[in-house]
Amino acid sequence: MSINENRQQVTIDANEAAAYVAHKTNEVAAIYPITPSSPMGELVDAWAVVGEQNIWGMAPIVREMQSEGGAAGAVHGTLQAGSLTTTFTASQGLLLMLPNLFKIAGELTSTVFHIAARTVATHALSIFGDHGDVMAARTTGWAMLFGNSVQEAMDFALIAQASTLRSRVPFLHIFDGFRTSHEVMKIEKLTQDDMRAMIDDELVRDHRRRALSPDHPVMRGTAQNPDVFFQSRERANSYYAQTPGIVQSEMEKFEALTGRRYRLFDYIGSPDAERVLVLMGSGCEAAEETVEYLVARGENVGLVKVRLFRPFSCEHLLAALPQAVKTIVALDRTKEPGSAGEPLYQDVVTAISESAMSGDSRFSNTPRVIGGRYGLASKEFTPAMVKALFDEAKKPVPRNHFCIGIVDDVTFTSIPYDPDFSTEPADQVRAVFWGLGADGTVSANKNSIKIIGEETPNYAQGYFVYDSKKAGAVTVSHLRFGPRPIHSTYLIQRASFVAVHQFNFLERYRVLDTAEEGATLLLNSPYAAEEVWDHLPASVQQEIISRRLKLYVIDAYAVAKSAQLGVRINTIMQTCFFALSGVLPHDEAIARIKDSIKKTYGKRGEPVIRQNYAAVDAALAHLQEVQIPAAVTSLFDLPETVPAEAPKFVRDVTAPLIAGRGDALPVSAFPVDGTYPLGTAQWEKRNIAKEVPVWETDLCIQCGKCVMVCPHSTIRAKVYDKPSLDGAPDSFKHMPAKWRELADQIYTIQVAVEDCTGCRLCVEVCPAKDKSHAARKAINMQDQLPIREQERKNWQFFLDLREGGSNLRFNTVKNVQLLQPLFEFSGACAGCGETPYIRLLTQLFGDHTIIANATGCSSIYGGNLPTTPYTVNRDGMGPAWSNSLFEDNAEFGLGMRMAVDQQAAYAKHLVSELTDLIGEALTISLLTVDQSTDEGIKIQRECVNALKARLGGAKSPKVRDLLSVCDSMVRKSVWIVGGDGWAYDIGYGGLDHVLASGQNVNILVLDTEVYSNTGGQASKATPLGAVAKFAAGGKTTGKKDLGISAIRYRDVYVAQVAMGADDAHTLKAFREAEAHTGPSLIIAYSHCIAHGIDMSLGMNQQKLAVESGYWPLYRYDPNLAVEGRNPFQLDSKAPTKLLKDYIYTEGRYRILQQSDPASARALLEQAQESVLDRWHQYTQLAALEPRPLAV
Amino acid sequence: MDLSTEYMGLKLKNPIVPSASPLSRGLDAIRKLEDAGAAAVVMYSLFEEQITLDSFYIAYYLTHGTESYAESLNYFPDVYSYDIGPDEYVNLIRRAKEAVDIPIIGSLNGVSAGGWTDYACLIEEAGADAIELNVYYIPTNPDMPSSEVEAMYIDTLRSIKRLVSIPIAMKLSPYFSSTSYIARRLAQAGASALVLFNRFYQPDLDLERLEVAPRLVLSESDELRLPLRWVAILYGRLPIDFAITSGVHTYQDALKAMMAGAKIAMMASELLKNGLGRIEEILAEMTRWMEEHEYDSVKQMIGSLSQKHVAEPAAFERANYMRTLGSYRTAV
Repeated sequence: MSINENRQQVTIDANEAAAYVAHKTNEVAAIYPITPSSPMGELVDAWAVVGEQNIWGMAPIVREMQSEGGAAGAVHGTLQAGSLTTTFTASQGLLLMLPNLFKIAGELTSTVFHIAARTVATHALSIFGDHGDVMAARTTGWAMLFGNSVQEAMDFALIAQASTLRSRVPFLHIFDGFRTSHEVMKIEKLTQDDMRAMIDDELVRDHRRRALSPDHPVMRGTAQNPDVFFQSRERANSYYAQTPGIVQSEMEKFEALTGRRYRLFDYIGSPDAERVLVLMGSGCEAAEETVEYLVARGENVGLVKVRLFRPFSCEHLLAALPQAVKTIVALDRTKEPGSAGEPLYQDVVTAISESAMSGDSRFSNTPRVIGGRYGLASKEFTPAMVKALFDEAKKPVPRNHFCIGIVDDVTFTSIPYDPDFSTEPADQVRAVFWGLGADGTVSANKNSIKIIGEETPNYAQGYFVYDSKKAGAVTVSHLRFGPRPIHSTYLIQRASFVAVHQFNFLERYRVLDTAEEGATLLLNSPYAAEEVWDHLPASVQQEIISRRLKLYVIDAYAVAKSAQLGVRINTIMQTCFFALSGVLPHDEAIARIKDSIKKTYGKRGEPVIRQNYAAVDAALAHLQEVQIPAAVTSLFDLPETVPAEAPKFVRDVTAPLIAGRGDALPVSAFPVDGTYPLGTAQWEKRNIAKEVPVWETDLCIQCGKCVMVCPHSTIRAKVYDKPSLDGAPDSFKHMPAKWRELADQIYTIQVAVEDCTGCRLCVEVCPAKDKSHAARKAINMQDQLPIREQERKNWQFFLDLREGGSNLRFNTVKNVQLLQPLFEFSGACAGCGETPYIRLLTQLFGDHTIIANATGCSSIYGGNLPTTPYTVNRDGMGPAWSNSLFEDNAEFGLGMRMAVDQQAAYAKHLVSELTDLIGEALTISLLTVDQSTDEGIKIQRECVNALKARLGGAKSPKVRDLLSVCDSMVRKSVWIVGGDGWAYDIGYGGLDHVLASGQNVNILVLDTEVYSNTGGQASKATPLGAVAKFAAGGKTTGKKDLGISAIRYRDVYVAQVAMGADDAHTLKAFREAEAHTGPSLIIAYSHCIAHGIDMSLGMNQQKLAVESGYWPLYRYDPNLAVEGRNPFQLDSKAPTKLLKDYIYTEGRYRILQQSDPASARALLEQAQESVLDRWHQYTQLAALEPRPLAV
Repeated sequence: MDLSTEYMGLKLKNPIVPSASPLSRGLDAIRKLEDAGAAAVVMYSLFEEQITLDSFYIAYYLTHGTESYAESLNYFPDVYSYDIGPDEYVNLIRRAKEAVDIPIIGSLNGVSAGGWTDYACLIEEAGADAIELNVYYIPTNPDMPSSEVEAMYIDTLRSIKRLVSIPIAMKLSPYFSSTSYIARRLAQAGASALVLFNRFYQPDLDLERLEVAPRLVLSESDELRLPLRWVAILYGRLPIDFAITSGVHTYQDALKAMMAGAKIAMMASELLKNGLGRIEEILAEMTRWMEEHEYDSVKQMIGSLSQKHVAEPAAFERANYMRTLGSYRTAV
């Protein structure tokens, strides 16, 4: 699709493209965040906040709901009441909307939902793109219109809107998640006039006329009996029959306006093609590029792009196919296990079969149809795969029901392809940038592609690949630009420019894999041009020489430092890219970069602009070309991803994933049901911290606070006996243990420097200061590199030491530090405020815990491959963990509880029945051991082991049954863990039900007061006055008091904790909650990157929250009421600080203070009042005289 | 009684002027100061570092952790313009000029002759009658000679003088090797007044946390004596006005300030502690005292006890120190 020079061209992604039309052509939006569709809702909300109007001159109302189910319900309501309404969703979100989709379609209601199509969670969650979600909605009666590119996402949003108004059939406007939703592309922007021309206001008025109104009342939503329901369902047939024709006519109207021609089924390729591919979504673009390439080389092939999938018009499909077609390859980006074929394949087969059966003679011979799957969860779909499919179609008996893009060595469904086949044109610049999230690489590249797209005649495309980890996240940017339209919906395979923004990536990743012959390599290097060569790994040197790469270096960090930009090297590297790529003349490039800096940072004040300008001006003076030697000289190379002693699974599966080579793993490498071993995070040594904590034995008071706050469990403490020190490395530090109970024992704090993220939380909480040099503490930060090798050995020695102190009571922070964390080295943000609570949970209860984890940050850092941070102790026991969904986590956990209890009851029943076999003493023990303490659990475990030993030889069904359930007699602690988005919003109904169940479950709410994982959208936990997405003007309602709601059940243990304010209190609450035999709820203040804080001060923020009275610490223990005491204990002191002294240390509040001071002042006043009110209420509760016990 | 005075060419109805402080935050607050009898208002300070830091902080908040993880490419809605520059401050001056009749003096607090000097233009454009420049600089670098420090003050003043035509007062710290010399240099560089002295908020030490702890302590009357001495020494020697700030709490303090040579007495701590009503009380008490002592006007007493006019000029110099110590020993 070429660009019309007379129209405005913009370089945006498909989310923005679709949201733009949705905003202009709707009156209301009810939204809920879900990846990858969230940006659409955020944009529409942001535009509404600043009063951006729709085509009727009104700013739409935008309302965030508590779930997608809620959003769909609200949309249904607004539609029924006559407003044009939209929403945006994906994946599970769309599934939650299904009931309303059926209703809205059944009522023939005009609306368009914009879907960034995403994988539905099955054996695992995936945030990436395929058609699993929309295919689950294909029976709802909604039209389904697929846009394949960013331009089409904008165009089809409008065509769908026009078509739904005319047809009355609701539309799902679909484009591929990430590949299209997040691809930045130069497109032509539709105008307000285009939209006015496409939207027929009379149809809008018809929509309103159908609305419910007491002025002309009707009923909808009746209940119907067998006599009429069926007929009523058939009554709407004509509307569906007309819809394809309506869409086609709207497409034609659109063509007349814009010149862009679309058909329900667009055909590309040779007019007499014998082999034709049929597919929909972004894969069509790669297929189009390949078809054009092959046709130009004489191949007789073609492509049908399916635009309107529902209602499926066989007639239009048949008309689109060339008459000569012999083999049709129907491709589905979804999997329907157990089906006769995937949905599009089945529809194509039906169309061809019906045509043949009806005696239609349009084809020379009835073509055969083969079908298969591609691209699940954003798996790459490349021209090489398309070529392989055309080759397969040529065979006399091509494979049917195949897979393409993977190696299926189990059921042998995959079609092989030649990965070296490429259609990437010579007149296109392809640039790949390896960066860190923190260094701003992606931001700079988004700006670059905008500059190229909007300031040059080039077509431009940008796509960005992100990390699974949030700390030290690696990003890879793929930028293409050139004189012809770009259809390459796949990652760059042959780059003419490679930039490596972090020097150590050379030793971690195969960054030059994509570099083509003669490509330019730009390296951010601490070494100057004349010395850098000797610091390159041998294989990198080899690749540079053999591919004749041109190498340039710049010490971007030095330039950034002089411009006071810290680690943000983005504008510096961007300037070098423009200079080396030559896409613009030098002065113009600099001017455009500065313009874009002004555009990007302008709102943030002149000083930031000046700072970045200075970096741009300084950059080129530091750029140096390296003279490439003729031979490889390096004596070192990329190290092995994991050590040889790693378990087989880690070596064979985890290691390739870590190294970014997961695509090459065959089907057989994976578990059949998504079950993964624990403890694999320990094998991935990321070395992301520049500075790490170092322990000072002369100052340490062994308080354990550093261990307590460490978000990644990289600081550990052990006590052990002196002889264990034999063989210790010379640099291994130790000191006498300061416990009365542990006389003569030795104490060590050891840091896993290769796993540390360098967050500094430990240093900030360390209370021990040097009396002669107060800046020196018992933990201080030092450069990691010089101590890496020695500390690697020390860490290994430390791990091998046996944990001591088992005679201690683990009810103090000092003692708990000695417990092994069974959660380590997660992918959480550096300085995360959530993970210290999870680590504590695993230290205290990990060996007998099952965790139900709501979707969100904690499920991502807890369970996102490649590695698993939950781990096991020496005996192989540890937390068993699972994630069901976002909305059902409380119920999921309750289910676990019921299962465990039922099995334990059955086991005890069998034990009673088999007393003769087991023996009376063991039976009594098994049935009566008090397991309320760690010691009791240990005794019961020994009893169960004794039982197993005793029953080992017996084979009766009852014995075998008992052996299958006897472990359940060891008390299991069920923890239901999730964030505030789950607990306060989407999962609240279930949470409330579980709290009311009386069952023994422990609920841990990691309250960050926003949806952190999806980028900081407001939840009902978001405080008054804080800025969040969907609360851009500062939240105007207060935070829900979840704790008090739970307290009203009276049998629920409730605690509100903040580790940074009082770690002992947190520990006490965890202990009491777990001991409580009914439901318990811990609401844990979790500082978060979404608060706009210096994360190293996170624990201090928690302290301020408590000291200001914003976050009172309390415990409500129903067991005290039983003893005749007041169950409510207010554990923090009356506020000693004003609320402003806390909140204005956080960006989420300061942003409002600086964007709208008057509102900020008003909200602060309300918020301060509400703090005092709540404190007053709590003090009243704490002062209540308990009701006298009944006699 | 004629309480009027003239400061930097501004005709003031009396010599009591609230100094740069939170007292002038907001239009209502400025109106209240006028109603309370203040002769002019020195606005709260526009801090150079605040503007720079606000800009950096906002940029940091909006970029930290962004574009790293596919589900959370950013964390905040970026829809607003941020009030990071001097807009709010300048608007307040503009509105204050419309709302009150007394002169409004803008206050700039900074250390460099960089971009913030542009703000002086904006303050002038907004209608301010004068600018008070508070160069709050703590020279900690042992390699930096005092001449360099002094040059920085002069350069800053000159760079602003080039940009604006309204009078500029320099607020100084007492920590110069030669206060008289720097005063003369500043007068030559175009300062219309010297405001003596800036009170540095000296940091405190927290013994429990072993940390440096910032602590704001309001002034006491005793602190008047340092500016009193220097105004008295400088009065009449330089073609420049003086204002005394720090330690003005009572009508006696105000009278002493005038007699030492100040054209105005600036107050903040007393008003923060005891309310704006103190202005009227002090003015009334001044009037009563002046009537009792048969003064006709404030102008009459300005500089009457300056070094130039006292019977014993050495009282302001080292001899006074010796005598003070002597009297202390006698008392013991």
